[in-house]
Amino acid sequence: MFNLFLLQALNGVQFGILLFLVAAGLTLIFGIMDLINLAHGVLYMVGAYLAATFTAYTGNFFLGVLIALPVTLVFGIVLEVLVFRRLYERDHLDQVLATFGLILILNESVKIIWGAAPLSVPTPDLLSGSIPLIGPLRYPLFRFAIIAAGLLTAIGLYVMVNHTRVGMLLRAGAVNGPMVSALGVNIKRLFMVVFGLGAMLAGFAGAMVAPILSVEPGMGDSVLILTFVVIVIGGVGSIRGAFVAAILVGLVDTLGRTFGPILLRSLMDPSAASQTGRTMAPMLIYILMAAVLFFRPSGLFPAKGNA
Amino acid sequence: MNADAENAAAAVPTGTAPGRKPLVARGGANLAALIMFGVLALLPVLAGLIDDPFLVVTFTRVLVFAIAVLSLDFILGYGAMVSFGHAAFLGLGAYAAAIPAAHGVTDLFLQVAIAAVACGLFALVTGAISLRTRGVYFIMITLAFGQMAYFFMTSLSAYGGDDGITLATRSTVLGSGILENDVVFFYVVLGTVAASYAVLRAIIGSRFGRVLSGTRENATRMQAIGFPPFPYQLTAYVIAGIIAGIAGVLLANQTEFVSPAYMSWQRSGELIVMVVLGGMGTMIGAVPGALAFLLLEEWLAYFSEHWKLGLGVILVLIVLFTRGGIAGFVSKYLGGGRA
Repeated sequence: MFNLFLLQALNGVQFGILLFLVAAGLTLIFGIMDLINLAHGVLYMVGAYLAATFTAYTGNFFLGVLIALPVTLVFGIVLEVLVFRRLYERDHLDQVLATFGLILILNESVKIIWGAAPLSVPTPDLLSGSIPLIGPLRYPLFRFAIIAAGLLTAIGLYVMVNHTRVGMLLRAGAVNGPMVSALGVNIKRLFMVVFGLGAMLAGFAGAMVAPILSVEPGMGDSVLILTFVVIVIGGVGSIRGAFVAAILVGLVDTLGRTFGPILLRSLMDPSAASQTGRTMAPMLIYILMAAVLFFRPSGLFPAKGNA
Repeated sequence: MNADAENAAAAVPTGTAPGRKPLVARGGANLAALIMFGVLALLPVLAGLIDDPFLVVTFTRVLVFAIAVLSLDFILGYGAMVSFGHAAFLGLGAYAAAIPAAHGVTDLFLQVAIAAVACGLFALVTGAISLRTRGVYFIMITLAFGQMAYFFMTSLSAYGGDDGITLATRSTVLGSGILENDVVFFYVVLGTVAASYAVLRAIIGSRFGRVLSGTRENATRMQAIGFPPFPYQLTAYVIAGIIAGIAGVLLANQTEFVSPAYMSWQRSGELIVMVVLGGMGTMIGAVPGALAFLLLEEWLAYFSEHWKLGLGVILVLIVLFTRGGIAGFVSKYLGGGRA
């Protein structure tokens, strides 16, 4: 039982790390620009597709991801210049409609370019196989690599946000954007950088899961909604909040799906327990979100006093 | 960019978002609604004349969606609550017809009552949590709750789960299968649209509706003059949820099939598009909005299986290049959206 718990906890952390990568960019976009971007999940999908394509071209997963990253960055910046730049001043409804339109466009374009069938990316040889944990217990190396890469990115982001000039502007922008602009900072360029960075992070997450999930149109949509839950729990505009909330959501979701039915089995008969467990498990994170909101309406670590 | 700046400049002093119109000439709107419903009532006759029974079926579908659009316009256009989870109520209502039907309870009134109670409770609980927040948060939370309902139904394998559930028959009215007749069903749906319109209009014109519109314009000022927005917004949210649930019961009857896809978040997005196409905060725009969207969908699908691409492009272009978004576009070029 403990072994199962350990494995599922690692899976939960790995899932949480991915959510964090997508949420980190999005929470900055929400926090600094007060822009609701529904199309962020699509960037995750684009990253996965680009990684799959470049991996197939070069025959090397690492090279594929390495090429996919700058391409998603450029793609994000192009989107910012073409669409998002015009939405900052609009009300939320316009932003919802335009980014909803973008999702339709990009999901459908992906279907036209790559087809509706899921693509699969082979796990790179270097990271295939598994490593021993304790006793006979082993864990896939690739999933460890995802956790490590995600943690490194998180540390990099932490350093950037807290100890560099750009990071200082980001934090200032999240607290009071107009004031930053009034003090002579080119806020438009800052927005563009944040957007490109967010796109690249989401694309990175998509590229990394390409070998363990199927790459298919619409794969970003479910991630988007989980990301929203993460941001709501963590507090809009807070990287630290996004990290804590992402790990929390990853763990609760993964452990809930495994142990929910097991716990229920001690209360009711097995078939009813597995049915109830399967129905309740996907709802756990939303219940968690509702509970957090009940006690802290602006999330665990709000960037602004009153968001 | 220029237009944006002007928009922002125009919006700030009045405190009104661009594209939002004041309530004008309610009597005129009611007359227009009366004419519209009158014309629609003649539709089955027309369909009989040109021998096209499919026309009645198509319009039944449009009118079912119009009920949901009415309810969303009520909270979106008058309460400024951008709910991105409205399809959940539509889906819950559909299941309120399908699940009792699977157990032999086929009475329409009973199903409507179940839908109203279920959707009302769901709206009360999720609304009470969502309305503790505002703006971007509210949109994300309603989306998340909608998705929660979606996943719940997806994993409910006793009632079809992901695959959905087929209704054996349409609902019965006092034991008779009169709804099996498409024309009768059309009139039932039309009557429900008209009744929903009348009820929501009455609410909007009442003191309650005035307070609600006030919170849309400026929640802080309303609070300051003694009207805390929360109870008013929550009540409106529950009313909208119940009406959308009733639309769901009718939708289940129209398609005789219910699946979680009814409550997917794309559907919620489409409902918002319908509201905005018809003109936000107009009520009467619900029918044209639903009609325009469903026809556009069918028209684009006729050209290509990738019709969503076309829809997306149209959406983005309209929002980007017309002042005040789609509502501004509609009032500027089509002359619609005036209530």
